[in-house]
Amino acid sequence: MTFKEYLQTSVSALKRNRSRSVLTILGIVIGILSIILVMSLGKGAQELILSQFSGFGTKSVIVVPGRQFEGPSLKGVDSLKDRDLDSLRNKGNVPHGETVIPMVFGSDVASFESETFKVSVYGASVDLPKVFDIQAEEGSFYTDEDVKGSASVVLIGSKVNEELFPNGNSLGKRIKVKNRSFKVIGILPSKGASSLINFDDGVVMPYTTAQNYITGTKYFDRLLVDVDIEENLDQTVEDVTRTIRDNHNITDPEKDDFQIVNQADLLDTFGTVTTALTYFLVAVAAISLLVGGIGIMNIMLVSVTERTREIGLRKAVGATTRNILMQFLVESVVLTLVGGIVGIICGAVLSFIVYLIIHAMLPALGWKFIFPIGGAFLGIGVSSAIGLIFGVYPARQAAKKSPIEALRYE
Amino acid sequence: MPLIEIKNLTKTYVEGDTETTVLNGVSFEVEKGEFVAIMGPSGSGKSTLLHMIGLLDEPTSGEYKFDGKKGSSFDELAVSKLRNGKFGFIFQSFNLLPKTTVLENVKLPLLYSDVPRSEWDKKALAAIELVGLSHRINHESNELSGGEKQRVAIARALVNDPEIIFADEPTGNLDSKTGKIIMDFIQKLNDEEGHTVMLITHETVTAEHAKRIIRIKDGEIVSDEPVKNRRKATDEYEK
Ligand SMILES: Nc1ncnc2c1ncn2[C@@H]1O[C@H](COP(=O)(O)OP(=O)(O)OP(=O)(O)O)[C@@H](O)[C@H]1O
Ligand SMILES: [Mg+2]
Repeated sequence: MTFKEYLQTSVSALKRNRSRSVLTILGIVIGILSIILVMSLGKGAQELILSQFSGFGTKSVIVVPGRQFEGPSLKGVDSLKDRDLDSLRNKGNVPHGETVIPMVFGSDVASFESETFKVSVYGASVDLPKVFDIQAEEGSFYTDEDVKGSASVVLIGSKVNEELFPNGNSLGKRIKVKNRSFKVIGILPSKGASSLINFDDGVVMPYTTAQNYITGTKYFDRLLVDVDIEENLDQTVEDVTRTIRDNHNITDPEKDDFQIVNQADLLDTFGTVTTALTYFLVAVAAISLLVGGIGIMNIMLVSVTERTREIGLRKAVGATTRNILMQFLVESVVLTLVGGIVGIICGAVLSFIVYLIIHAMLPALGWKFIFPIGGAFLGIGVSSAIGLIFGVYPARQAAKKSPIEALRYE
Repeated sequence: MPLIEIKNLTKTYVEGDTETTVLNGVSFEVEKGEFVAIMGPSGSGKSTLLHMIGLLDEPTSGEYKFDGKKGSSFDELAVSKLRNGKFGFIFQSFNLLPKTTVLENVKLPLLYSDVPRSEWDKKALAAIELVGLSHRINHESNELSGGEKQRVAIARALVNDPEIIFADEPTGNLDSKTGKIIMDFIQKLNDEEGHTVMLITHETVTAEHAKRIIRIKDGEIVSDEPVKNRRKATDEYEK
């Protein structure tokens, strides 16, 4: 018998029991469907996180003030001062640092006439647009002069613009934050949540202005060091660490009053976490495949018993043990393979529906639909393997039947 | 050389500590072209005997030779080849594949044969025509009457042009008129096509269509004699 003949024999046998065949593959369909869904959503989440970082550059070294492991009340939040900024800007200390951006964070209520809105305040240097890939949509950014003179100017996020100026025309107007009046010199484009910092709900001003009039502090909440090329990231982390330790007279790394957050590392960590999570969920889906496989075996065994007479007849007209074994094996592989393909299609459709829902509810998220091609191949491989593995035992049972026993069976 | 030669054949089933001897030292020979009817009461071992001759079952002891070769000398492949090409079985309960067309049912033995695929349809259609079912080729087996089913089973048994036809009560499930049509076919296969036929029945009338009757009882042969006034099915049902 040729493979094609086995295939035809199997398909017609399966068609004879259409509804049972459909029920049998349901377990496989659900298993493969879950794998595809989980992998698609996992990849989507990973893409999302990656895209959040990409507005921010993987070439940045972030210095965060405060000691590690000191409980909820961070100590040393005031550790980063002007002196650190100056030393980091010194090429002698950090040769690969392109730009160093000091950042000051605050939050307060902003108001214009009768409109009020709670805003995040970001104080930064003029290099902010470069590193965060954000430009003023209308108006322009502040200048070095503004920074030096603690000018009372702000750029406002798109949401702030909408809330405070429902009638538009915000450029040049003066808004109040913490009882001080600031001139709106620019409006930032809507970026959604696609960046770690949500500019939409915030206002951006020179860091000196933020220190003087909003936070009333003399320190920085972050120092961002942008590296010339990614390869120099590790070197720069070292340089930055050494420079600040020198400044703070720290010899024991345990006593560091600052932390370095490395973008690339963060990215790696996120990547590892989402990948691990995806595989964990795939493993869970694999359990349903196992159950599906046992279901196949069970149904195939029932089928073998039910078709005892058929097997006997086939043997009586000349089928060999091998012919019968192959027929039943091909049947179970055809079953699981069809289940696998249906599962892949259903999984893709379901992932797309999930994508449509997420997209409709959170358009700003920028969620992408990703079809996991690897998952599809995996699904086809796994489902045929299940058919083979769980089909062997029933097929052997079938092949073992003696024609006489089979023909006498009622 | 006889086509079939059996000597002292026994078959014993062991179940727990009870031994059932179904066949107890059966010996006879069948020449090519013979038409042998095996008769006996229910449970006397007729089917068991036929299955052993048709290589569907193995004897407990004794010797069986087909075409001069010992039955025990055939391996699985040889046995399958004989069942496929030399033997044609017709069962009391038809044994057609359910929800499968007449044509596909008749083609079944070809699937396991060396006959090239291109000749399958031709051979199957010829066998179907022989049993007069050409107008039913695409009917599914469960849409057929009992007589038609048995004719499909005969066509299936004939499709590989077997040396010998084994029929286990082929008319047992049919009314007497349909039974006679079937007997007419079987007689023609023997008389006109030269097939050797071994047929089981417990009706004397049916047995008298054969040329020789072997009677068995409790696993032993009680008589083995030629038929004196052989019946012709054609004359009977055309009346
Ligand atoms: N697998 C088995 N185990 C035990 N006993 C069996 C087995 N197969 C058949 N028998 C017994 O062998 C005996 C002969 O059976 P067989 O089918 O040959 O009888 P038969 O002459 O064809 O009867 P019938 O006319 O009813 O078809 C019966 O008593 C039956 O119960
Ligand atoms: Mg019987």
